[in-house]
Amino acid sequence: MITIFGIPGPLLFGQLLLGLINGAFYAMLSLGLAVIFGMLNIINFAHGALFMMGAFVSWMLLNYLDIGYFPALILAPLIVGIFGIILEKTIISRLYKLDHLYGLLLTFGLALVIEGLFRNAYGSSGMPYRIPSVLQGAANLGFMYLPIYRGWVVLAALVVCLATWAIIEKTSLGARLRAATENAPMVQAFGVDVPRLITLTYGGGVALAAFAGVLAAPIYSVNPNMGSNFINTVFAVVVIGGMGSIMGSIVTGFALGVLEGLTKVFYPQASATVVFLVMVIVLLIRPRGLFGRAA
Amino acid sequence: MLEIQGLNAWYGESHILHGVDFEVREGEVVTLLGRNGAGKTTTMKSIMGLVPRRRGHVKFRGAETIGLMPNQIARAGIAICPEERGIFGSLSVTENLMLPPIVAPGGLDIAEIYTLFPNLKERAKTAHGTRLSGGEQQMLAIARILRTGAKMLLLDEPTEGLAPVIVQQIGRTIREIKNRGFTVLLVEQNFRFASTVADRHYVMEHGKIVDMIPNRLLESSMDKLHEYLGV
Repeated sequence: MITIFGIPGPLLFGQLLLGLINGAFYAMLSLGLAVIFGMLNIINFAHGALFMMGAFVSWMLLNYLDIGYFPALILAPLIVGIFGIILEKTIISRLYKLDHLYGLLLTFGLALVIEGLFRNAYGSSGMPYRIPSVLQGAANLGFMYLPIYRGWVVLAALVVCLATWAIIEKTSLGARLRAATENAPMVQAFGVDVPRLITLTYGGGVALAAFAGVLAAPIYSVNPNMGSNFINTVFAVVVIGGMGSIMGSIVTGFALGVLEGLTKVFYPQASATVVFLVMVIVLLIRPRGLFGRAA
Repeated sequence: MLEIQGLNAWYGESHILHGVDFEVREGEVVTLLGRNGAGKTTTMKSIMGLVPRRRGHVKFRGAETIGLMPNQIARAGIAICPEERGIFGSLSVTENLMLPPIVAPGGLDIAEIYTLFPNLKERAKTAHGTRLSGGEQQMLAIARILRTGAKMLLLDEPTEGLAPVIVQQIGRTIREIKNRGFTVLLVEQNFRFASTVADRHYVMEHGKIVDMIPNRLLESSMDKLHEYLGV
């Protein structure tokens, strides 16, 4: 058996893969948070709850309507995205003229309400979601066995993250988004319907969280707390990467997932805290985050 | 083309415009002259809907715009080049140029814009709009609204802080777009520059229009003007 630094190869690569998968979820969630923060100036504490909703909606689609995994990958983000648009239109948009803190409190409250409703209806023990048959099994890579579904999650997350980055950095819609982040009244004075752009941005960020939720459903059991388990680490990722930086969120998300995985191999006691340790160091040395622009 | 009657505007508690009245006819270049704080920029922003509270009448091609959102006013065919230029640092020069949506046919195409502003063509690849020099940023701010097809242009101090050679280029540009049938409302501190491009001048004081001077009478009105502007 191969050993690296005295660690058996399969153990090392296994943890590396787990880290990469967690990193994929960190990246997708922190990306949505970064986009929403850039445009709405609101730290969306409801993000974890909306991620959980993505998983639940795909579970409901399967169990109530017999709609399978792949259609759910499109439908669940769409449904949760529309839910997000309704939230933004009816509640969140009332807070734009107030201090950031109100948006934080409101979305935190929304998260508690949404999670509470699901806990009330489905309990908190969690429900299984089967891996679709084409993605079952494992591939032998020679140095380790790769469960196909896990490989798929990393790949799908990477594609979605890069597509989001490309839309924001390379298209004319993205240019409007970036411009509105910088100076919204000016963009509106050019004839762009900025309030609608803001609503769509929130819907898009939420849909991204829901997409991550569908990907997560077969890995973690579908339960009302699955979002809050993730979201604390995701906020640390956003702080480390720098608020409002798209590529920064993606790179930081994957990198910190891998770092967590490696810590589990070399010093397991620290694996739950290593991300926050990095956050403290980054905040001390570079308060605007690794990729953040100076305010 | 643009009729303004009894326009009042407020920033929070402070009442800035106290009943502004003037009009701009189609194809004219009209300036607003006045001291700092007279309300010229606030008038421009009020026309565009960028002031939090305003009252009175702003009619564009006969239609009332006072209750519209800035994006609706822009879609009606009014475009602004703001005093602070409003160039976006997170957008490249080309993205800045292409940012304002086309609101009507009849705007300049990219080739015509590069003929008017050769510097912009050279700097088109610049990754951040704010890396341009002040003069280049000003040209970019004017160029991008010429593309949109808006025929009523609001130019707020386009010559402020620029070198004489660039001021001349902006003067040529304003005469060129006038020849193409654009209508321009220009805010200027520099009435010598204004006299080279404008048909008429309105003088503002304390949030009101206090006088109107046709350009041909500008020379003979110098004493009066010096008193208004305190120069």
